[in-house]
Amino acid sequence: MGSGPTSPIREPLVQGHKTYHQITEDLCSPTERAPSRAWTMAFIVALSALTFGVICILITIWVGIGTWRLNRTIGWGWDITNFVWWIGIGHAGTLISAILLLFRQKWRTGVNRAAEAMTIFAVICAALFPMIHVGRIWVTFFFFPYPNTRGPVWPNFNSPLLWDLFAISTYFTVSLLFWYTGLVPDFATVRDRAKGLRKKLYNVLSFGWTGAAKHWQRHEALSLVLAGIATPLVLSVHTIVSFDFATSVIPGWHTTIFPPYFVAGAIFSGFAMVLTLMIITRKVLNLQEYITIGHIESMNKIILVTGTIVGVAYLTELFIAWYSGYVYEQFAFFNRALGPYWWAYFGMMTCNVLSPQIFWSKKIRRNVTMTFLMSIFVNIGMWFERFVIIATTLARDYLPSSWSFYVPSIVEVGIFIGTLGIFFTFYLIFVRIAPVVAIAEIKHILKSSGDQYVKSNATTTYQQVESGNMEFEISGHDAHASHDQH
Amino acid sequence: MKHPEKNVIFGLYDDEEILKSAVIKANEDHLQIMDVYSPFAVHGLDPLLDLKESRLHIGGFVYGLIGTLTAFLGMTWIHTRDWPQIYGGKPYWAILSFVPITFELTVLFASIGMVVTFYVINGQGPGVMNPILHPSITDDKFCIAFETGGMENNEVDRLRNFFNNTGASLVETKTI
Repeated sequence: MGSGPTSPIREPLVQGHKTYHQITEDLCSPTERAPSRAWTMAFIVALSALTFGVICILITIWVGIGTWRLNRTIGWGWDITNFVWWIGIGHAGTLISAILLLFRQKWRTGVNRAAEAMTIFAVICAALFPMIHVGRIWVTFFFFPYPNTRGPVWPNFNSPLLWDLFAISTYFTVSLLFWYTGLVPDFATVRDRAKGLRKKLYNVLSFGWTGAAKHWQRHEALSLVLAGIATPLVLSVHTIVSFDFATSVIPGWHTTIFPPYFVAGAIFSGFAMVLTLMIITRKVLNLQEYITIGHIESMNKIILVTGTIVGVAYLTELFIAWYSGYVYEQFAFFNRALGPYWWAYFGMMTCNVLSPQIFWSKKIRRNVTMTFLMSIFVNIGMWFERFVIIATTLARDYLPSSWSFYVPSIVEVGIFIGTLGIFFTFYLIFVRIAPVVAIAEIKHILKSSGDQYVKSNATTTYQQVESGNMEFEISGHDAHASHDQH
Repeated sequence: MKHPEKNVIFGLYDDEEILKSAVIKANEDHLQIMDVYSPFAVHGLDPLLDLKESRLHIGGFVYGLIGTLTAFLGMTWIHTRDWPQIYGGKPYWAILSFVPITFELTVLFASIGMVVTFYVINGQGPGVMNPILHPSITDDKFCIAFETGGMENNEVDRLRNFFNNTGASLVETKTI
């Protein structure tokens, strides 16, 4: 009798007949080896992009937003496009860790750690844009309500922009807490394998975790409740981001469909970025047995569903614009699809709606190369979506005399490249410090989802494991290092 | 944190199922288990160890409620008493506008409160050094520990026998 229910249908989530010790070895070793050449190269590239971005941000702060090509008609351009793009990317992490936890989707364990890290880094990148966009970054603390000597002057709590500030700071904090709480037991695992300075470092990071039964019980209770409250949180964040637009009176923005449409788009783009990163990570760190083709297929299914929801939303917008009989709305959408920025609309439709339809084919869903290409497509498509909604809508004002066109300046492009640099620099540091796959959670699902326990390829019965492990221990734990497969 | 010194005998098991049957055996023999350690959360262990359900979620509810009240009452006070202003011809007390921030602060207070409580009651935090019985506990071993302070030798031997009979792969004593 095994320790958990095993499904005769589902495919195994952990391959390679792993033992608990082998899991520890496989997942801890990337943090213990010297960085590979590929990592160093990637780090240099990411750091250079980051540096370029920081220079562009400093230029913006020093000279002013005049260094951007925003004008009186188009007040929001690349800055807010990038802000929404990054926030959207951040949504997959919490979706995977919270919503899939509530739905008891075990495949989340392979990707949740990296996806949550991605969320945190993406939100940092996102938060940067509104902060520099306000022009005077040194007074951004005025946003936060606190008893002050300026009147007291309070922020306007009726403003969606303020709601957004609260949503994003809450989202960042809660994601960080959730992520770190999951990391603590794994840092303890790394600590107990480390020596010298490393041990001291991981001692601090692991908060003195011992693995006591009561602590595990509380840990599970905490994770479940955090997941429970992070689920409406993740839905609320992009809903509130969409309110930034939907509560305005600009034709093309003033639509009630925005909240669900933005949330679906956020999950869509988030999963695309998770796939982009995980396909590279699993290859470089040799994690194919933990992030299996089955994981990739599951994520592709989510991409197909959310991509199609987004497609329906695009078509609904067009239909409602026509059906409303409101000429300004009709013009906004006519302009969106066939105006001067028709190519952005075309890029959005192709990348987001048409191309994910290839995932109806199981063969393509399980094809790593195609998935990687598609994930890049979706990342681009979702960037175009935000650009289409923001800049191209603003470009055609109420008065034809104020119609305008917008091309970003090198500073704006540089800040975007800089955020990519920040994102990848942080991610690369993360894979060096922390186990990329949640060790304790993988061990937890091993008996129900390890390939030696499920389906017809179940070669090991429970009794064999029991006796096999007994022998394993005696030679096992003195031989930690020799077990490294790679 | 300072702990008083404890003499401990512990045994390591290779599998959670062996661990659970050992805990059942210990209960039958009326042995007083100090603690059980494992590399991951072992389900079905809590009732065997007589651990009550964690009340952390009640704490979460209370913290959340504090957040709800802080946000809603705070905004109410600011917009109706401290500095009433008309925005877009709407009433001062625009309850619907307060919903998003009230929700966000509820979540924020509940999460921060619960996480802080979790570490405080666990006796954990940045830089805390808790005694580790064996480095394999965070790897692949499941551990039962008994306190042996003030025990006769024959009682300790009884514990040693218990470990050997229940299939422990390693038995050690340690002062922590």
